[in-house]
Amino acid sequence: MSAFPAASALPLVVAVPLLGAAVLAVAGRRLPRVAADAVAVAFAGTAAAGALLAAAGWARGAGGAGGARGSAYAVQWLGGWRPGRGGGTGIAFVGDPLSLGLAALVSLLVIAVLAYSWRYFEEPPLPPGSPGTAGAAGRSGAFPALVLLFQASMSGFCLTGDLFDAFVFFELMGVVAYALTGLRVEEPRPVHGALAFGVVNSLGGYALLLGIGLLYARTGELGLAQLGRRLDHGGGPDALVLAAFVLVTAGLLVKAAAVPFHFWLPDAHAVAPTPVCLLLSGVMVELGAYGAFRVYWTVFAGSGGVPPEAATRTFLTVGVLTALLGAVMCWRQRHLKRLLAFSTVAHGGLFAVGAGVLSADGTAGTALYVLAHAGVKAALFACTGILLDRYASVDEHRLYGRARELPLVGGMFLLGGLALCGLPPFGTSLGKAIAEEAAGRQLPWLTGVFVLVSALTGGAVLRAGLRVFAGVGPRPRATAAETAGTERTHTGARNRDRGTDRHRERDPDRGRDGVDGGAERTPGDEVPETGGPLRRIPATMLLVPAALLAAALAVGLVPQLAAAAGRAGRLFAAHGPYAAAVLDGRAAHGSSPPAVGWTGTGAALGLASTALGAGLALLAVRGPLPEALDRVLGPLRRLQSGHIGDYVAWTTAGLALLAALAAPGTVLGR
Amino acid sequence: MSVLPYLVAGWIFLVGLYGLVTSRDLIHAVGCLAVTQSSTYVLLLAVGYRRGGTAPVFADAPAGARVVDPVVQALTLTDIVVGATVTALLLALVVQLRKRHGTVDPDRLSELRG
Repeated sequence: MSAFPAASALPLVVAVPLLGAAVLAVAGRRLPRVAADAVAVAFAGTAAAGALLAAAGWARGAGGAGGARGSAYAVQWLGGWRPGRGGGTGIAFVGDPLSLGLAALVSLLVIAVLAYSWRYFEEPPLPPGSPGTAGAAGRSGAFPALVLLFQASMSGFCLTGDLFDAFVFFELMGVVAYALTGLRVEEPRPVHGALAFGVVNSLGGYALLLGIGLLYARTGELGLAQLGRRLDHGGGPDALVLAAFVLVTAGLLVKAAAVPFHFWLPDAHAVAPTPVCLLLSGVMVELGAYGAFRVYWTVFAGSGGVPPEAATRTFLTVGVLTALLGAVMCWRQRHLKRLLAFSTVAHGGLFAVGAGVLSADGTAGTALYVLAHAGVKAALFACTGILLDRYASVDEHRLYGRARELPLVGGMFLLGGLALCGLPPFGTSLGKAIAEEAAGRQLPWLTGVFVLVSALTGGAVLRAGLRVFAGVGPRPRATAAETAGTERTHTGARNRDRGTDRHRERDPDRGRDGVDGGAERTPGDEVPETGGPLRRIPATMLLVPAALLAAALAVGLVPQLAAAAGRAGRLFAAHGPYAAAVLDGRAAHGSSPPAVGWTGTGAALGLASTALGAGLALLAVRGPLPEALDRVLGPLRRLQSGHIGDYVAWTTAGLALLAALAAPGTVLGR
Repeated sequence: MSVLPYLVAGWIFLVGLYGLVTSRDLIHAVGCLAVTQSSTYVLLLAVGYRRGGTAPVFADAPAGARVVDPVVQALTLTDIVVGATVTALLLALVVQLRKRHGTVDPDRLSELRG
């Protein structure tokens, strides 16, 4: 047992939001809207403070002199039940800097989402099946309660040291996410997206559980540390270990939206309410990758697990495929939320590559990348939410030049695009630089993948931003598909009707400025999520993206954070020390953390990818792609068919792909 | 221990997947998902089986009795709870989908293409 003082705070990080969700579920209906939101923020904030304090306590302990290094992992055995020398069971929460940092990120992002949606959902969506409560529409606590439940499950997934608990948190996270995606149950598209999301992710969960069952059959253990230790005692890997690795990794990679498990993500993101997208893209997808690597390092990295060559081959292949496919698809989108969703897919691939080289500095760089990416991507979604409210559309072509009246939002959107490209000194650039350096040492061409993918995704955002907020380039041609798209306006009627009272109250000046999206909501292909068009953009909706971008900038500028990431990477990418700390309470000793920080090459590559992205964006606003390129890329786009059966078939193929990648060196050719 | 239960678990998983891939009705698809999940029950219970073991309830069994592994049974129970939640939520979404789209045939839902 470590002497870590903040270890006792670990369960609170999960329990406090759970309690808050229960309180809001019971009392939310009776509370006025402001009070319900205040309660939610208070609970989320308490949990965030707990996670931050624990992380800060760790930083002090590790940074202090001498023996304090022993407290590198904070271990809390729930209820005081812990395995003794002769066996016995117990379930642990393990806080290492990376998991604590992720839990803190989850909590902070939840606060941002609650603040953003305070005015975004003027009338919070009603829970299904409660038409009678229409009069009390302003008093529902359903949305904040679900968000708190989401927070609890994600924090629990970060902190748990038990594989079965990880599955339970995984499923809880999933169920809440499906519910949040389909929050607007009266609209056709959200329910469709939520259903595809639900089926594919549940399937991933069951694959994960099958893998857990196989591991339990072999070892009789469920704790990550115990599993790893028992596997190592049992000799080399065999077919059962391979099958368990494939099933567990596939389950977690479904959540991480790795190719070919990624199909659910764009569908879910395109239809989920924008504040929910902040959480889905900002942190939930990244948690899938976190889980895959956490399980690899703690369970499979020893002599009884999967050899590093096989694991690296698996993660790198999947990561590179994901990054390239995501980037190309991202470039091809004009629906802004889908565009951002595919950029999340692409960056998820880069995270898998960065951590997949299985080195401490690769992991550290990826951790920084994830942290900064969360800020940037959430800010971009927040800006898109403002567009959706103003113009009832998130279509790049339809919005051409219309958002010139929003210079502040446009500035933030373009800044986000540049950060996504990897413009120094944003944290995305620092994380990318460290991760691509680590990856480039393994295979030099991986550096090129990092540069190309960040340029394409960032460039797509810049292209859209230039068109929408500045009206750069000629007006995009209308296509046949576009004219068909206008048919969808009637679905917005319900929402628009609901907003008419508010319309009449608004000042008549708006109409006279010639400002589009004023008194009459312009028909678009999207159903606005706000109750009625907001009179002016609420301060919270502008502050949240600004704060998120500032945070992403801070990740790149605060050297202590980079140093902490270096130590976090070393502790995360460790097999033996983890088990020793959790099971024996022994200090994590050993190698010094990798030096992590800005280098000349990293900054230069960041500038290069930014220049490439900006160049591509400027080229693209001038005219459409050549026909030939369109024909080549067309089939890729058709893969995204929206058909649940297709997605399940791809998931099955993905299981086979993982097995084929991991088998050589594990059971074949040994 | 016989290998048969493991083969059965694998077969149930695959047959559920086959149903999901070829499904023409979303209610049927959610059912297939539940079938897929039941393969995990079979696997877990097979893992904990001990020949000649009785149920792990010590109220009416002698203290030294040979029992099957209670841990996997607890896991299976948890799994069933998770499965019930997921199935209920997905079925609710299908009901809503039927109301909004007028169909439960996935081949006729094409709004999220590309």
